[in-house]
Amino acid sequence: MCGIVGLFAKRPDVEERLGALLGDMLGQMADRGPDSAGLAVYRDPAPAGSTKLSLHSEDPGEDWSVLGAGVAVHASHAVVVLDGEADDVVARVRGELPHLRVMSAGTRIEIFKEIGDPRRFVERFDLASMAGSHGLAHTRMATESKVTTEGAHPFSTGLDLCLVHNGSLSNHNRLRRMLRREGVAFQTENDTEVAAGYLEWRLREGDTLQAALEACLVDLDGFYTFAVGTADGFAVLRDPIACKPAVMAESDDWVAMASEYRAIAVLPGADAAEVWEPAPAQVYSWERRGDREASPVARPLAETGA
Amino acid sequence: MAVADAIQSVDLVETSLRELNRRLHAADAAPQWRVAHPDGAHAVAVGIDAEIEVDVDGHVGYYCAGMNKRATVRVHGNAGVGLAENIMSGTVVVDGYAGQSCAATGRGGLVVVRGDASARCGISMKGVDVVVQGSVGHMSAFMAQKGCLVVCGDAGEALGDSIYETRVYVRGAAHSLGADCVEKELRDEHVAELRALLDRAGVAGAEPAEFRRYGSARKLYTFDVDNAGAY
Repeated sequence: MCGIVGLFAKRPDVEERLGALLGDMLGQMADRGPDSAGLAVYRDPAPAGSTKLSLHSEDPGEDWSVLGAGVAVHASHAVVVLDGEADDVVARVRGELPHLRVMSAGTRIEIFKEIGDPRRFVERFDLASMAGSHGLAHTRMATESKVTTEGAHPFSTGLDLCLVHNGSLSNHNRLRRMLRREGVAFQTENDTEVAAGYLEWRLREGDTLQAALEACLVDLDGFYTFAVGTADGFAVLRDPIACKPAVMAESDDWVAMASEYRAIAVLPGADAAEVWEPAPAQVYSWERRGDREASPVARPLAETGA
Repeated sequence: MAVADAIQSVDLVETSLRELNRRLHAADAAPQWRVAHPDGAHAVAVGIDAEIEVDVDGHVGYYCAGMNKRATVRVHGNAGVGLAENIMSGTVVVDGYAGQSCAATGRGGLVVVRGDASARCGISMKGVDVVVQGSVGHMSAFMAQKGCLVVCGDAGEALGDSIYETRVYVRGAAHSLGADCVEKELRDEHVAELRALLDRAGVAGAEPAEFRRYGSARKLYTFDVDNAGAY
């Protein structure tokens, strides 16, 4: 099973309530994935020359203050903005605080994920307090690997990029070996992490996100509905067989995707939104146009229609 | 007017889905029902076996009107996966889109989708008639055994793969035909059958002569008499 939800705000008042709305959507998908839950939210860009990190600690008594006064603690996670380029900052943290896990790095992305009931996750991480331009969230029913925090979604796929997945991949072991040879690092035996690593590799090789996702159709064997978060928007791809469900909807105020419509039904104005099922093997993506601080406008790159 | 004749309104915000379905299954169920706020709920109005009418105002989730017998269920919105799965008789109409596996394994009755139906529409249908005013996705009418699938728009990849005796009518383009599915001549009896189906479905503006007919070439293993004693 697994459940996916994604929300992209087209208006400032939706941005203010983004976390609360995503939390409501996630709660509807709790039955599809009771093992773990996770969220990637995009907000508060880090100043030029600095990097925003999401970090996780197994230790409930973790002393996050060593990271400085600006650290924001969210249950088992903390978000901190540190001076320096991403590679250097990540290397520094891994060197000095090796017990911490880097969940995401970039300028806008923050990732939180944890095992347990998704509804509990929504409360524990206080999603209702989180504003943001867009976000993705996931509820997990584990099939291919253990129920662990690091096995929960979203998976980071590079700077400001993340992936959530409903489905299972069959050729992840072979792909992981190939990607390791290409220098991609993996922390788990999870199949979705391989898809994330694959995207990271394709993007590093110069693919656009669209091209990287289309390459998935060739190289990934298995079932998937993917949602990919980027600094400016998100993209959705279903495998050609399209066994795994997906629904998309767009209103004047937001663009949403979910595994099932009932997660979209909780959004304000859902009754009047355009609703459709994304076609198999077709990339759908939205991003904000122009000036990053301007009022966001959705831009469907692909034709809508089943 | 007697209470039993009044339209029964059920709001799924106030009433549980199980309670709705229990009332619809009651031996003395009222003849007309109106359901508000389905909000994508699964299994709305499943398993009815009565000559009643149910109007659902909004989008429904999976398996709406599954196993329907005799009832007329109208969804004024979109429907998720498995609309009218294994329908036995009666009529199910969706104003919007239908998700995958619409009318799967249906044995009788009529399913009408005003918008598009997704992949595997009419998979393993066994006597139901399905009329889609829009287009259908890939693998539609897969292993379809009996009944008619009418598509006023286009059909996706591998239409009618391993089809048995279902007749498939497509007005637009079939992207590709599945194994053992071939185009067949549209004869007078088919034009008459199509006209009747389009009328029953309330489809205006589509002429039977604009459709192409597809069916089984009867060349697969199961059609070879030499294999008849194999089981």
